[in-house]
Amino acid sequence: MSRSRPAPRPARLSLRQREAIWAYVFLTPFILGIVLWQAGPLLLSLYHSFTDYNVLQPPVWTGTRNYEVLVGDRRFWISLGNTLVYTVMSVTIYMALSLGLALLLNAKLRGIAIFRTLIYLPSQLPIVASAFIFLWIFEPNFGIANHILRTIGVEPQKWLFDPVLAKPTLAIMGAWAIGSGIIIFIAGLQTVPESLYDAARVDGAGAVRQFLSVTLPLISPVLLFNLIIAIIASFQVFDLAYIMTGGGPGTETLFYVLYIFRNAFELFKMGYASALAWVLFLMILGLTFLNFRFSGRWVHYEVDPR
Amino acid sequence: MSVQHSEDDALVTPRRRRPGPQRLVLYALLAVALVVALFPGYWMLVTALTQEGKEFSYPPAIWPEPLAWENFRIALTEWPFDTYFLNSFMIAGLGTIGALLTEAMAGYAFARLRFPGRDLWFSICLATLMLPFVVTMIPRFVIFSQLGLVDTIWPLVIPYWFGGSAFGVFLFRQFFRTIPFDLDEAATLDGASHARIWWSIVLPQSRAIFVTLALLHFVWFWNDFMGPLIYLHSDDVKTLPLGLLNFKGQYTQDWNLMMASALAMTLPILVLILLGQRYFQKGMAFTGMGGR
Repeated sequence: MSRSRPAPRPARLSLRQREAIWAYVFLTPFILGIVLWQAGPLLLSLYHSFTDYNVLQPPVWTGTRNYEVLVGDRRFWISLGNTLVYTVMSVTIYMALSLGLALLLNAKLRGIAIFRTLIYLPSQLPIVASAFIFLWIFEPNFGIANHILRTIGVEPQKWLFDPVLAKPTLAIMGAWAIGSGIIIFIAGLQTVPESLYDAARVDGAGAVRQFLSVTLPLISPVLLFNLIIAIIASFQVFDLAYIMTGGGPGTETLFYVLYIFRNAFELFKMGYASALAWVLFLMILGLTFLNFRFSGRWVHYEVDPR
Repeated sequence: MSVQHSEDDALVTPRRRRPGPQRLVLYALLAVALVVALFPGYWMLVTALTQEGKEFSYPPAIWPEPLAWENFRIALTEWPFDTYFLNSFMIAGLGTIGALLTEAMAGYAFARLRFPGRDLWFSICLATLMLPFVVTMIPRFVIFSQLGLVDTIWPLVIPYWFGGSAFGVFLFRQFFRTIPFDLDEAATLDGASHARIWWSIVLPQSRAIFVTLALLHFVWFWNDFMGPLIYLHSDDVKTLPLGLLNFKGQYTQDWNLMMASALAMTLPILVLILLGQRYFQKGMAFTGMGGR
């Protein structure tokens, strides 16, 4: 494109300038979207977090009061703790299971495409529908989960109604929603050049060794990406708790975003909810930063050989 | 660890014939995964077809006898299913069109045009992947309530006409980069504008990614719960997930009807995914995160 061919029509702008103008024409909706729906709201929310605001009356500036209230708010700490515990459980399940299944589904076998689609399918169920299904499966008296436990001679459980089991039960349900993680891992696995495995085998590396020394390092950027996405998503867990437990039993599944939602859309404390949201935002930012910061130790970037 | 053993072997030597037993182990593992993955859906179907009250019988039947098709009729007529369906369809349809169009525009600029600020804007695009929706959820609600659009479908559609999702932009860019440049260069020399090149050269070659993202977006909009929960309050604008939630309030313990309703709202999604799966596999394979 940089060749200085005469333009077909006399033009005052160079090809390169025209290309740049076209680029910004194509990017107009995207850039407007960043301003109107991302950056703008982000700043607006920061402003609201320093005010008392119920949407009906104009916001009243209250300085840092929302943040001071938040530090002394028992439910803030409870919901934060619940969310952290849930995140550890669900991210562990997500990472282990989606990598394991991706390895399995990356095998070159007859009919593998059908297995991929079918195993991916449950993650595309509407969340309300899967919440209903699992409410029924984990129903304490007649649910199939307890029936299976009884059959193998284990005491039936109260699952979502049990203070100890409520969070793990929700995390286990997450195992049926890992489809996108599997797809991202498969895409990563497919970028590992076959020749590296051949070389490893020539050096006498067994399958486990190949996995640890070839596969893992080469897909580590994908691993990091999936990890960050999983943590961010899990920090924002809402739907399941809202639909299935309403935060209960007690406050066992009162997750952070559920608490924000209640403040914002049930109590209309938009100022306080914005402060809560900003604290979450900063925590996620911090975690993502730490992830990148320490990723240098285990993430291995390589120039694409092709 | 023996699990990884066999997986890796199959992964390492794609074409060589493996001895039977290892293949069998792989298929056995896949079968287990499949059974576990599909069990909840199967159980939904079984309960939806079980006669009222029989779902509590002991031991639970693994296939209902007789099939209670009337559950679907009751479930679909006990609530304004058609209204909710139409609302879900409108939101998912309009949202998907806007997202695809504007993502494909941004993706084209990032993939095939050179301009100052490209890397900066692309980094911003990727950074928005990490922006939690919770932070923008409240101010967006404030904006839409000032505009008087709460309790209409527009807050759930309009934002997606502005570049859709960062993930979509990213996937379009990845895909557009794999299309050879020779045709565009010839077209440029013939005086074709970039709008023309985008529309008549690049887009026609991108059917796989279009179908893939159309599916992903449509399903996402169709399933979205929190957005409609925040914005839609009246019965005549509600979507299927909200309708289903109402249903739960009225028919607790009526598991047959609940499962029949859940299945009815899931069916369109299942049909779409199974119909589009050929494109979907292709689209996903092309746009792997490694840029393959």
